[in-house]
Amino acid sequence: MAYTEDDLKKELETKEYEYGFYTDIESDTFPVGLNEDIVRAISKKKEEPEWMTDWRLEAFRVWKQMEEPEWANVNYQKPDFQSISYYSAPNKKPKYNSIDEVDPELLETFKKLGISLDEQKKLAGVAVDIVMDSVSVATTFKETLAEKGIIFCSISEAIQEHPELVKKYIGSIVPQKDNFYAALNSAVFSDGSFCYIPKGVRCPMELSTYFRINQAGTGQFERTLVIADKGSYVSYLEGCTAPSRDENQLHAAVVELIALDDAEIKYSTVQNWYPGNAEGKGGVFNFVTKRGLCETNAKISWTQVETGSAVTWKYPSCILKGDNSVGEFYSIAVTNNFQQADTGTKMVHLGKNSKSTIISKGISAGKSQNSYRGLVQINSRATNARNFSQCDSLLMGNECGAHTFPYIEAKNKTAQIEHEATTSKIGEDQIFYCNQRGIDTEKAIALIVNGFSKEVLNKLPMEFAVEAQKLLEISLEGSVG
Amino acid sequence: MELKDKLVSSFLAFENTVDVDAPVHDIRSQAIKVFEEIGFPTKKQEAWKYTSLNAILKHDYSIFPDEENALEFKDIKKYFIHDLDTYKIVFIDGKYSSHLSETTHDKIDVCLMSSALSHDKYKAVIDNYFNKIAKQDGLTSLNTAFSREGAYIYISKNKLADKPIQIIHFSTGKESAQMLQPRNLIVVGENSHVQIIERHQSLTENPVLTNSVTEIFADKRAIVDYYKIQNDNQNASLIDNTFIDQEAQSVASVHTFAFGGNITRNNLNFYQKGEGIDSILNGVTIIEGKQHVDHNTLVHHTAPNCESHQDYKGIFDEKATGVFNGKIIVNKEAQKTNAFQSNNNILLSDKATINSKPQLEIFADDVKCSHGCTIGQLDDNALFYMKSRGIGEKEAKALLMYAFANNVLASVKIPQLKSRINKLIATKLGVNIGFDL
Repeated sequence: MAYTEDDLKKELETKEYEYGFYTDIESDTFPVGLNEDIVRAISKKKEEPEWMTDWRLEAFRVWKQMEEPEWANVNYQKPDFQSISYYSAPNKKPKYNSIDEVDPELLETFKKLGISLDEQKKLAGVAVDIVMDSVSVATTFKETLAEKGIIFCSISEAIQEHPELVKKYIGSIVPQKDNFYAALNSAVFSDGSFCYIPKGVRCPMELSTYFRINQAGTGQFERTLVIADKGSYVSYLEGCTAPSRDENQLHAAVVELIALDDAEIKYSTVQNWYPGNAEGKGGVFNFVTKRGLCETNAKISWTQVETGSAVTWKYPSCILKGDNSVGEFYSIAVTNNFQQADTGTKMVHLGKNSKSTIISKGISAGKSQNSYRGLVQINSRATNARNFSQCDSLLMGNECGAHTFPYIEAKNKTAQIEHEATTSKIGEDQIFYCNQRGIDTEKAIALIVNGFSKEVLNKLPMEFAVEAQKLLEISLEGSVG
Repeated sequence: MELKDKLVSSFLAFENTVDVDAPVHDIRSQAIKVFEEIGFPTKKQEAWKYTSLNAILKHDYSIFPDEENALEFKDIKKYFIHDLDTYKIVFIDGKYSSHLSETTHDKIDVCLMSSALSHDKYKAVIDNYFNKIAKQDGLTSLNTAFSREGAYIYISKNKLADKPIQIIHFSTGKESAQMLQPRNLIVVGENSHVQIIERHQSLTENPVLTNSVTEIFADKRAIVDYYKIQNDNQNASLIDNTFIDQEAQSVASVHTFAFGGNITRNNLNFYQKGEGIDSILNGVTIIEGKQHVDHNTLVHHTAPNCESHQDYKGIFDEKATGVFNGKIIVNKEAQKTNAFQSNNNILLSDKATINSKPQLEIFADDVKCSHGCTIGQLDDNALFYMKSRGIGEKEAKALLMYAFANNVLASVKIPQLKSRINKLIATKLGVNIGFDL
């Protein structure tokens, strides 16, 4: 029997979340609720210096004055910030020297995630920092990296051991009062990754972080800080999963990238938080602030594959401060069932000859809503700035929606800006063509969607590209290969 | 006193001058309440993010001009398209000028809103159409509350308006500053066709604020061509709210030529209610100085097999700012929709600004929707090519700008109007181009 779009829809609806397991690891969880004492307690738990505690408290006070933003094109029950536990750490706490010391059950978790550390070690080339329920549990390849002078560790470790770097850069790109969730994160972030690439060093391997929310009723607030000193290069990967739960979990991360003169940072994300079940129950609220600063001749490239989360609110941005700086944003956002995604980027051109490229591919299925929201701003000093944006949407079924909200602001006459957006569905003629040549409908759809998102998939590092394709498969199984 | 308070309190005085027992007065009283609650839009509202009305709301506008002002035809002849035979509805300071106008009741009704509101003959039409599609936002409600005068055009079934209709509003500014709120209603019956040219012209250096609302209903297979010429002087601001309701297979096009004025805001809304509809929105903006033009468009597709085409071109010099905020909504029933939107801009000066926000909101899967937006400059190579062949720099630039705006100009269907617009552009660019495009 021919595989029809209805079959596909059915399959999509019944497809379960593959990463929805829960690992029974004893963990150390704080009482729910948020007040200054909790902020202090988190800071104390992490044995942080006083300046850090003050910095957190300052953020907390700002946060209390702020209101949750409502402008995004998403609908959801606002989380109750007093019913979340702001700290949850796997109990048998770390400082492992090698992977063998890690709790075997934890390792099992990662195996299920498909990121067997051993395997990755052998495959070589990827150093992984794993953050589970917001605490960093394992960092691999630390020694190899240390030889080159690269610092790659958890942010709490960095606060202890490299306070001068952290103090200088934390909050410099995303200030505490930047927005509601950034302020919350600044107050309560429990861990995250820190990376510093010294002058002129080309990081020999991909650096990678995995985030996982495990405990029920916890929020994950991690903070990532990547600093690429003059003339250096780093490629950084980030992946996320969470177990299936009925209630919504909150994830509010902040990522700051600093690319000094001539440096290049490539930041790739594969986001696969639990999206909720087919009725739209549960799932992770993903409210993330990501921003990078480019100095002269620097380049920052964001690549993201967004397949998870019940609600996504995420705008990886570039501030192109230096002359000749380059910002890039490549995104695939897939939404299914009741998922809602409002994602995009901001490119702020301040430097002369700065260039930016935006390629965004949105795929919506089921009853989901997928929005692209972007800003391209050319300031009056940014002579010869150049931007190219392309946002394409693919709709599957007529119960979903695709939206584009681009903001284009030009204040310089030498600016050249192009913006293009299209919305379409998979053409029956395209499928017919494939069928004719002996390719069944399912494979045909896979082929077409892969082609649709190829421009972005190509930008992912090899190890990730394979996984990203698999994720697309999972999110839209039946329709996408 | 704040303008808002002044307007709200003068509503009582206004009630003395109109028939408060007419059913339309309930609509007015309701509207003033809405305005009192919402007030004027501010930059905090998403739709007004790039346009602030503060500067023009601070003047002490007179709301009801007392004196009748007469104008001699020879003084204002240049504002008419005089080589074209048209019906004319002319208002001076918001009041109808019978000696400058040429109205008709022969087969079609081209007359006044005030008479339509007060005569029983028109009651059915007013009941059916008046204030039916106008949005309930602050500015529109304000206009509704004070709605009294404007153009009323009714074309019944299977009629062809035998000549175009010109609607011209003059403000003489004998009063210090003046606020005008014309209200137009245009109903075009099945299979009928009409062409309308609208213009607002200030004859004074005093500030003028016009808050105009036009409702247009295009019944099945009707064709409506609407041309807006906005070439006012530096102290005149215009907020134009136009709402168009289209039934099956109708074709409505609105061409906006924004060449001047202080702040010009065009809220242009198309609502498609049947199948096989085509909506066309074209615009050319050429401004300089500190002028500000904001095009805010909405096309709402609710039925299958419809099309919409938007094409807005802008050229901005000196400290001018331009805004384009276009929105296309495609409901999930509206399968097989083709919706296109394009916004192209040229910045000629470092002080000029363009803010563009082309939006798509799509809920149907089998559609072809696209939007494109570009910001760029005149091509140096093309300029060099022309200069090396003896064409002066100014003329060469003008030629390129003509070419840039040409596909919008080419869509003007009245030849006399087209050559008038060409002349306006030539005057604006300070060139004398000896050909007709």
